[in-house]
Amino acid sequence: MFRRLPVPLALVAALALTAPASAQVSDGVVRVGVLADMAGVYADTSGQGSIEAAHMAIEDFGTTAAGAPIEVVYADHQNKADIAATKAREWLEVDGVDVLVDIITSSVALAVQEVARQAHKPALFSGPATSRLTDADCSPVGIHWAYDTYSLAVGTGRAVVREGGDSWYFLTVDYAFGHSLEADTIRVVEAEGGSVLGTVRTPFPTADFSSFLLQAQASGAKIIGLANAGQDSVNSVKQAKEFGITEMGQKLAGLLVFFSDAHALGAEVAQGLMLTAGFYWDMDEGTRAFAKRFIERVGAMPTMVHAGVYSSTLHYLRAVEAAGSDETDAVLAKMKEIPIDDFFAKNGYIRADGRMVHDMFLFRVKTPEQSTGEWDLYELLRVIPGDEAFRPLSESACPLLGD
Amino acid sequence: MTEILGVPLQVLLGQLLIGLINGSFYAVLSLGLAVIFGLLRIINFAHGAQYMLGAFAAWMGFSYLGIGYWAALFLAPLVVGLTGIVIERTMLRRLYKFDHLYGLLLTFGLALVIEGLFSNFYGVSGKSYAVPELLKGGVNLGFMFLPVYRGWVVIASLTVCLTTWFIIERTKLGSYLRAGTENPQLVQAFGVNLPLMITLTYGFGAALAAFAGVLAAPIYQVAPLMGTNLIIVVFAVVVIGGMGSILGAVLTGFGLGLVEGLTKVFYPEASNTVIFVIMALVLLFKPAGLFGREA
Repeated sequence: MFRRLPVPLALVAALALTAPASAQVSDGVVRVGVLADMAGVYADTSGQGSIEAAHMAIEDFGTTAAGAPIEVVYADHQNKADIAATKAREWLEVDGVDVLVDIITSSVALAVQEVARQAHKPALFSGPATSRLTDADCSPVGIHWAYDTYSLAVGTGRAVVREGGDSWYFLTVDYAFGHSLEADTIRVVEAEGGSVLGTVRTPFPTADFSSFLLQAQASGAKIIGLANAGQDSVNSVKQAKEFGITEMGQKLAGLLVFFSDAHALGAEVAQGLMLTAGFYWDMDEGTRAFAKRFIERVGAMPTMVHAGVYSSTLHYLRAVEAAGSDETDAVLAKMKEIPIDDFFAKNGYIRADGRMVHDMFLFRVKTPEQSTGEWDLYELLRVIPGDEAFRPLSESACPLLGD
Repeated sequence: MTEILGVPLQVLLGQLLIGLINGSFYAVLSLGLAVIFGLLRIINFAHGAQYMLGAFAAWMGFSYLGIGYWAALFLAPLVVGLTGIVIERTMLRRLYKFDHLYGLLLTFGLALVIEGLFSNFYGVSGKSYAVPELLKGGVNLGFMFLPVYRGWVVIASLTVCLTTWFIIERTKLGSYLRAGTENPQLVQAFGVNLPLMITLTYGFGAALAAFAGVLAAPIYQVAPLMGTNLIIVVFAVVVIGGMGSILGAVLTGFGLGLVEGLTKVFYPEASNTVIFVIMALVLLFKPAGLFGREA
């Protein structure tokens, strides 16, 4: 059947096929590892949508980077730091994965930050919130992409205090993320002249918040700050309405409300809630185009985590192409050199502490009358310029910054 | 204002009431588990999934068929009860001759499959279910604002618990059931169709879980994983009350709701572990449970 090629010719052909790819890219393939919560409380915020977002970035970039094919691998970390760290180590040290994306859940992210630091491979965080990733726990290979607790605090906290909400009571979910969000918000509230009347730590996850809401009500604070996320924020907002807390004059400040949570609550329950996010699908042509493709594949509109996974994957691939290699230091240098420009971030840039600086947005959830459909939920109140949204380098405790 | 350990009395009263409301869910759920364990000796790990199914059945009935809350309160348990009957007939039945562990593993697997399917189709964020018109609003009790719906939850679950207790402990049907647990061969020799009773009992247990699910739908988000965390607590309630003890399950359910409510005031961080601490203590000092009989 096959005509035999002369041996030298076959060798040349084989070399021509493999040589460019293996020249500069480790084991000849660029592997993007999506570390996500596939079935737990954050599965709608990250999960399958993050895998699709990574695939979409690769499709938009082209099938090869620096001449090597690109692959996506994914794993479910179940929101457990030990599972995530083990998987990340296996990927980075044995399976030839070149970059980690998403990595939702703050406690997970802090563990993975250390693994990536030891393996010296880039970790691009779009899912987790804790600002510790670019503060005391910063890493030369860790980049925090989509948002962080500091920017949430600046966005929602400052806006609420300036509207007269100057006394706060916190419902704080009892793990790294909640503590970080609470601390960052308290700093903003106090800097703006507000006061904190109390705080209660709620176990993760909690189904019934009524007891904690009553304590918040008894405190007499004008604002109840919800330092929680996912199902916890859905249940706490819903039950606050049930117990008439919002009707009796106290206001809720949702410090981290993902779009998937707002959608689950619906405009009827969530109306009027102020929140900060790094992305909303209905902002301009670019976001709408991405959202349209996304909803066709996933069945839901993208969250800021999904948009961040897309943006970070795309930027990583651009840097690999520009560096002509997937060697970590060369790629990171290019990532910091090339401006980040896509529908998620306009003129975004990466700082020495690993913070990707881009504009953040303050939204208010529309009323059922304003909303034209189940996905039409946010009204833009304010664009928070990147340099205001994120912690100034002068306040950062990141050891990489030197003195 | 009167204070107890630095907490105003009014706050404390509010928290006790909240504890009672949460206790209602524990009571109905642990009752179902206790009934199933009492007769089938099956540790029904699918109970949390059946609770979730009840809530979803109510939501689906409303969204797809326009069936309201009150009808759902009867229909959802009926539907879930029937699926329970199918599960018992086709799967559980084959495991009675083996160790309890097999029933536990089967129902645990079923729970994972059911929850996985619902997560896949509806997403983990779940769906909102509105409070029925008749039970909207709330009453100001002076020490707290009580949503009418929460009051209804306590009444509905107390009614269901007492009725179930009455049927099992005070009627002829109940006496057959109890006799069946003591000595199956003898009861069958008297012409009682025990396999049928076992099937119906499992269906009834599943229906109780679904009933709790419908009660929970307007308060919590109707979500695929709503039962997973709750079910572990409910197992602890059953163990503390004494496996298979009907009255024990109900009283312990309400009691532990109160204990948990108080923990939320004095040391909120421990509120999801306090029940397990109590369970450990009970197992140490009274292994058969507070209301169980020593074998």
